[in-house]
Amino acid sequence: MTVLERGRGDAVLAAAAGAMGGAIDPAADPVPHTGMSAEPAHACAHCGQPAPAERRFCCPGCAVAFDTVRSLGLGSYYQRRVLDPDQRPPRPEAAEQRDLTRFIAEQPDGTQELTLAVDGLQCGACVWLIESVLGRDPAVVTGRVNMTTRRLRLAWRGSREDGTRLIAAIESLGYRLVPFDMEALTAARDETGRALIRALAVAGFASANVMFLSIGVWAGELAGWLDSMGPATRDLLHWVSALIAMPAIAYSGMPFFRSAAAALRQGRTNMDVPISVGVTLVTVMSLSETMSGGPHAYFDSAITLLFFLLIGRVLDHRARGQARAIAEQLLTLRAVDAAVLRPDGTTVRLGQHAINPGDRILVGTGERVAADGTVERGASSVDTSLVTGESLPVAVIPGGQVFAGTLNLGEPLVVRATATGGATLLAECVRLIEAAEARRSRFVVLADRVARAYAPAVHLAALLTFLGWYFGAGASLNESLLIAAAVLIITCPCALALAVPAVQVIATSRLFRAGVLLKSPSALERLAEVDTVVFDKTGTLTEPSLALVREGLDPEALSVAASLAASSRHPLARALVAAAGPVAGREDVVEHAGRGLAAGDVRLGSWGFCVDGGPSSPPPLEGLGREADRGWGEGYRGTVRGVSTPHPNRPPQGGREQDGTGTASPTQDGTRQSAASPELWLTRPGHPPVRFGFDEHPRPDATAVVSRLKGMGFGVHLLSGDNPAAVARIAETLGITSWQAGQSPVDKVAAVEAMGAQGHHVLMVGDGLNDSPSLAAAHVSASPSTAADISQTVADAVFQGHGLSPVTNLISTARRARRVMRENLVLAIGYNVLMVPLAVAGYVTPWVAAAAMSSSSILVIANSFRAGRVS
Amino acid sequence: MTVVLYLLFGSLVLGGAGLGVFLWSLRSGQYEDLEGSANRILFDDDGPKR
Repeated sequence: MTVLERGRGDAVLAAAAGAMGGAIDPAADPVPHTGMSAEPAHACAHCGQPAPAERRFCCPGCAVAFDTVRSLGLGSYYQRRVLDPDQRPPRPEAAEQRDLTRFIAEQPDGTQELTLAVDGLQCGACVWLIESVLGRDPAVVTGRVNMTTRRLRLAWRGSREDGTRLIAAIESLGYRLVPFDMEALTAARDETGRALIRALAVAGFASANVMFLSIGVWAGELAGWLDSMGPATRDLLHWVSALIAMPAIAYSGMPFFRSAAAALRQGRTNMDVPISVGVTLVTVMSLSETMSGGPHAYFDSAITLLFFLLIGRVLDHRARGQARAIAEQLLTLRAVDAAVLRPDGTTVRLGQHAINPGDRILVGTGERVAADGTVERGASSVDTSLVTGESLPVAVIPGGQVFAGTLNLGEPLVVRATATGGATLLAECVRLIEAAEARRSRFVVLADRVARAYAPAVHLAALLTFLGWYFGAGASLNESLLIAAAVLIITCPCALALAVPAVQVIATSRLFRAGVLLKSPSALERLAEVDTVVFDKTGTLTEPSLALVREGLDPEALSVAASLAASSRHPLARALVAAAGPVAGREDVVEHAGRGLAAGDVRLGSWGFCVDGGPSSPPPLEGLGREADRGWGEGYRGTVRGVSTPHPNRPPQGGREQDGTGTASPTQDGTRQSAASPELWLTRPGHPPVRFGFDEHPRPDATAVVSRLKGMGFGVHLLSGDNPAAVARIAETLGITSWQAGQSPVDKVAAVEAMGAQGHHVLMVGDGLNDSPSLAAAHVSASPSTAADISQTVADAVFQGHGLSPVTNLISTARRARRVMRENLVLAIGYNVLMVPLAVAGYVTPWVAAAAMSSSSILVIANSFRAGRVS
Repeated sequence: MTVVLYLLFGSLVLGGAGLGVFLWSLRSGQYEDLEGSANRILFDDDGPKR
């Protein structure tokens, strides 16, 4: 969403293309004609984004990238590539200013090494393209992309400038590269995952071998009409099993033993406690059987149980690891350097955390602001979508506030930092999130709650059985141990352990098919308890992008405006083009950053831009200062005097807010927001000026979803940071009676917590950074997939698509899942309770116990499938 | 009966070797990027790899 000034963009890209220096061999390049026939006629040939009709590319950057790829002989990239709609499109944008010195590590052999996060990897073809492009450069030693973690490891011989050149080359193709901090990187090495896989490998090896031996033993025992295996051979096989299994159990059981010990130290039990106790007991019992030459040795059961459990743990850990890596990547992509102006006039680049309050920072075009601060010099517009989720840039002038993480779209600004590092709004939100998550992790899942009561009872029963048989009935040690083990096995929480996860897996995959990604398994249980739903407004209840208000518009004016807007990426221009339909873009459009578009005499943009003589001449209207030229798309504020041409499309003065002063009137966030709707003006010689108004549209099914929620008995609330007029309008349209406007992130958290204190369980649905603390504070939360990265990271569920129906889908699925979970628990416990008296009485040998346990597990899994049926 | 002992010993040695090789491959980082490895076999590279 950056507004490229064409001159600068071309210069950057020409330099990058020249830096490639690769062999140009058109003959070797397969021309990708056929590969693009599947794409619609007006998609850019390079990045797949909408291009003006009759033009092959959406911007000069894409054209250069296309030529670069083809001239390197890598044109087959376009045939192989599959564009991923969730990824950033490969459209080259003006690179953010970055100094790499802090991130480059120099190796002992003289190579420079750098790890970067890559944004915009669509599929394997992109990996191939990047590696091929890097491979052709003679300075590169290693250029390897890790597709799972989306990182590029780059090592080269030469100077730091070579590194910058290489990175610019890749960025010119449309990817965004951000260097990783080395400390953050080493901390991210996945030790737990590796330990789990090692345990899995050992358990696998051992269980396979022990199973082989056990098959021998069983065959020997059961072959009634053949010579059965003598006790000597059987003992030998038992001993060998013991020698293999026991070290393996000791090693691969460590994850479970450690977790159980940690829980016991806190005076609680979790699911790992019965598993650890059971495995240990079976091993000890089998060892004593082996030593006394008895027939019942169950090493195979113990080690195979560990093997299967570890498979589950490894897969689960990998799934979370992927989510973790992506979250880390997102955070890195937002990390910012800043150019700090020293008192002596020099500029030095520092990391975000090295800036102090009172420092003056130079924020260039296309650069992100590194700290909260006040603007000292320069007037520009900033993209605050990271902070507020608003798609529309906000104008800032000297005296105005900017926040860390926002993107400067216009001319360079000098900002005096007021809050830095940990004190910025961004960091504050992260802290609120962490505090809320800490509170939330104390939510004990149902399975663990049951385990707390169940496990001690079961162990007590086994102990009493053992004591009863050994002391009471005078049985031998072996026999008593055997019966106690049978009791423990028959009460084994396998079915119990499966009761909840099986339902979670099925419900989660059903939601996934419906376009909802449920990120935490405990979220299902929390969702089932919800009785209140709180929505954010912009981007959640309404579509994330603005739409053109079409009433009373002249279609001819619209198509003229669209022909100018076609080449701009400003969100309002895009909305205009979307409303106008396919229109041929004009070739001669010049974009003036932050103000508007001009093609010859025709102008499209802010009011001030349209009526003044040009970018450098002062506005002719009297009584207007710089404030009239707000940045195009802003609602117009200011009194107008001395206007000579009648403008029938302008609404009467009384309908606008009059704010004659030039100072910013801060809203809750401290940024300027227009009270009136955003607009664009079109002026043509010989025609009256035409006004295009934009408004937010609620999502298509928002009204239906709200009424359905109310019908189901939920309290529905709306909390928004926007001004009261806009919020009231949406609330009325959708039928929400309880709403608050002008809420800061702290206000939202307070409101959510107040509801929680009243005993309500709140589902919070929101999308911007200013929602993320309340997303974390709510009982359970959901975000649309268009949300700011950090909201998606914090929310329990992320849903795709244009509609809001996933919200009701989530709740009804969760309720159904909870019902089935409870049924499962009843089945699991009831089945076992029936069998326990039999086991205590000694009628159950361990293998019968295992069979009973397995069948109860199968019953539980079969019942879980009912959670996947469409209700 | 001694053949059983030889077989047991042999299978353990071979199995242990397999386990050792797996642990080595884990340590050398071959499981870090499963998606990338899956895609790399489809690449059309004629030149020497870096």
